[in-house]
Amino acid sequence: MIVMDDVYFTYPNGVEALMGVNLKIEDGEFVAIMGQNGAGKTTLVKHINGLLKPTKGRVLVDGVETTKVSVATLARKVGLVFQNPDHQLFSETVEEEISFALKNFGYDEKTIRERVDWALNLLDLNEYRKVSPFMLSGGERKRVALASVLAWDPKIVILDEPTIGQDYRQKERLKQFIVQLNRQGKTVIIVTHDVEFVAECNPTIMLMRQGRIIATGEAREILTNETLVNQASVALPEITKIFKGLEDFGFPRKVIDVYEAADILYERLGGQR
Amino acid sequence: MAIIEAKRLTYTYPIGEKPAFRDVNLEIKKGEFVIITGPSGCGKTTLCRCFNGLIPHFYGGRLEGEITVCGLNVREHPTYEIAQHVGMVFQNPENQLFALSVEKDVAFGLENLGVPREEIRKRVDWALKITGTYELRNRAPYELSGGQQQRVAIASVLAMNPEVIVLDEPTSFLDPIGAEQIFDVINSLNKDLGITIILVEHRLDLISKYASRVIVMQNGQIVLDGNPREVLVSEEARLIGVGIPKATLLYKILKLRGISLNGPPLSSDEACRSIMEVMSR
Amino acid sequence: MSMFDGFKFRSVSSPIHQMDPRAKFIYVCILFVVTVMFSNLIPLIILFLIQVPFVFMARVQKEWMRSMKGSAMFAVIIFVMNLLSLYFYTGYETFGSILERSLAMTVRFIVLVQTFSIFFLTTSPDMLGLALEQSHIPYEICFAFTTAVRFVPVLAEEAQTIMDAQKARGLEMEGGNFFKRIRNYIPILIPLIVNAIRRSLELAETMESRAWGANRNRTNLYVLKMRREDVLLILISLVILAVSIYVSMNVQMPSIIQLLTS
Repeated sequence: MIVMDDVYFTYPNGVEALMGVNLKIEDGEFVAIMGQNGAGKTTLVKHINGLLKPTKGRVLVDGVETTKVSVATLARKVGLVFQNPDHQLFSETVEEEISFALKNFGYDEKTIRERVDWALNLLDLNEYRKVSPFMLSGGERKRVALASVLAWDPKIVILDEPTIGQDYRQKERLKQFIVQLNRQGKTVIIVTHDVEFVAECNPTIMLMRQGRIIATGEAREILTNETLVNQASVALPEITKIFKGLEDFGFPRKVIDVYEAADILYERLGGQR
Repeated sequence: MAIIEAKRLTYTYPIGEKPAFRDVNLEIKKGEFVIITGPSGCGKTTLCRCFNGLIPHFYGGRLEGEITVCGLNVREHPTYEIAQHVGMVFQNPENQLFALSVEKDVAFGLENLGVPREEIRKRVDWALKITGTYELRNRAPYELSGGQQQRVAIASVLAMNPEVIVLDEPTSFLDPIGAEQIFDVINSLNKDLGITIILVEHRLDLISKYASRVIVMQNGQIVLDGNPREVLVSEEARLIGVGIPKATLLYKILKLRGISLNGPPLSSDEACRSIMEVMSR
Repeated sequence: MSMFDGFKFRSVSSPIHQMDPRAKFIYVCILFVVTVMFSNLIPLIILFLIQVPFVFMARVQKEWMRSMKGSAMFAVIIFVMNLLSLYFYTGYETFGSILERSLAMTVRFIVLVQTFSIFFLTTSPDMLGLALEQSHIPYEICFAFTTAVRFVPVLAEEAQTIMDAQKARGLEMEGGNFFKRIRNYIPILIPLIVNAIRRSLELAETMESRAWGANRNRTNLYVLKMRREDVLLILISLVILAVSIYVSMNVQMPSIIQLLTS
């Protein structure tokens, strides 16, 4: 369980990035942290694995305060996949890249080999095992970065802007993958401003604005609330925009999913061909 | 009258084993707003680089076939000459701004061309105003948001008065608000100034309604090319894996169930109107 | 580091900020030469004092104080080292003159910091780049300079992000023997370098797309023009130079000790 208790954080250059954040994320939850660039989303998640320590307030992971343990210790439980895979890739082969963290955590040779095989399989990277990560395409490098974090099977997985630069198919695969991770019992946190992606995954949403969480709730409730969405400088999902225009005709307002929308419209319009 | 004409164009990177794209035949007319889309690796980014001469001059490699841009044979003219007719905006806003103030960045291209100072001043101010960045002119690039940076990049290109502007996934790193601002600017460049726009994009929800043409590439070939309302709704587009606008997807699902909306709609506004129109019948 | 704050450009509107960087640079060079010329305390203190009004005219007192405070540690080191080396190695007999000489060396250091600090606090990298261009230095070099300055904060931030990303994979930066520590920098340096190379490729693409190399005679949006104040500054500097040369050759510098005891 992750708890943030009245957390404030100010960067050394004086920027107040977090101003009183309170949250609780239970094991196995699926959460999307949303807000515009600069709202404090990345700063917030960096507190969960201890990269940043609060200026005021406490952050607890499974009951332990993050100020009392090292980042490496927390990292065993909290896997953070950074936005840009090129900020972490450095090895000569994909295999070595994936085993990096495992070596850091002190696993034995046999376990490392097993985990590397497992991670390569999981992300469909077997053909690139001996290839240099620098030779791969952008999408493939993202998968290598993800594999290298999942390799040690952290129980909490945080993905920072996983959809940037991905095409439609890649996003679909990512969506299924993330949902699958969550079904396996992992706590999954994604930081994103991609409203459509979130509308399709249906996680719990935490909206951030200027260092504070301004709302927490179901995707359907939050993403259809125009006031909140505007405050957080996030956009309404396209389907919600359509139904907003149809308000006067008695259509429900809280629709974010295209298939649900089609069902509703079919019922209403079915008779009027 | 074609402003870009490509015949049997094939290109292989210097270290590539197979061509990035093959046998591309393309004609783009002046004033068009073309979206080029397709799965990652389909060759769209590489094709773009041929429009301003980066291919073959900067990248080397092997270019076969013919390509003429604004009347210039790309092979025979240096990049700095073609760049005066075809401007290019890239994906990462940060790496397109290298001066210490917005103004100097926008002036960069004109300075390179040796344009007299008073003329530079006029064109810089004009480009800044059109892209809505005039108030930012004395700021340093790292102080700006991604959306602002990208608008400055567009202004820098606009200042050189090109006939064509090519944009390669310009909104990749931007949040939805930033993306929308960019698309508005791009649309006004096309509709108000008559600049031919070639936009490579994945995020089609906000921009399809402005385009006059959609080209879909796959595995180095142009597979679909035509009116957005036909291309995006087609079965081929679905099979290739193009992320069509939600409004268009809604239309498709309803059509399968026997409900025909007008359109097909390319934006939420259009979908809304179509639905209301069906209801009033 | 607070000392380096005293060398970062501070954007403020002041007469010193408006001055042509070339004039300021000539001033700095001359001050440098003059400062090194003197080993006596009195002229060095004079040099320190005549620059103080510039600090206030430039409205950068706070930052300048920071650079002074920051360099205090170095100043103390210089003082102590001079004291010790003079005591053990030269023929100076009185403790008073050793003290004075060490003090003089310390003040010389402080004057140098003061001079360069004023220069960098009041001259934006932009203006510096422009000054380089108009001094007929090849444009490629000027461009490299301004681009480097522009990207330093970006690269610094990227280095921090890379460190964070690797720490999040269990990399421990502290502890371990010397060789292990060096090896721990590999996961930081490689992404940093690879990304820097990628970045410069993207920059090069952009430059090409903005007609880099189109015309050998580049024009410029801004041009530096020497004004009355700039010429005045250069003249003042030359006068200081002349006076200093004369004084150092012809006038016997009294030491403070001598003044106090006579």
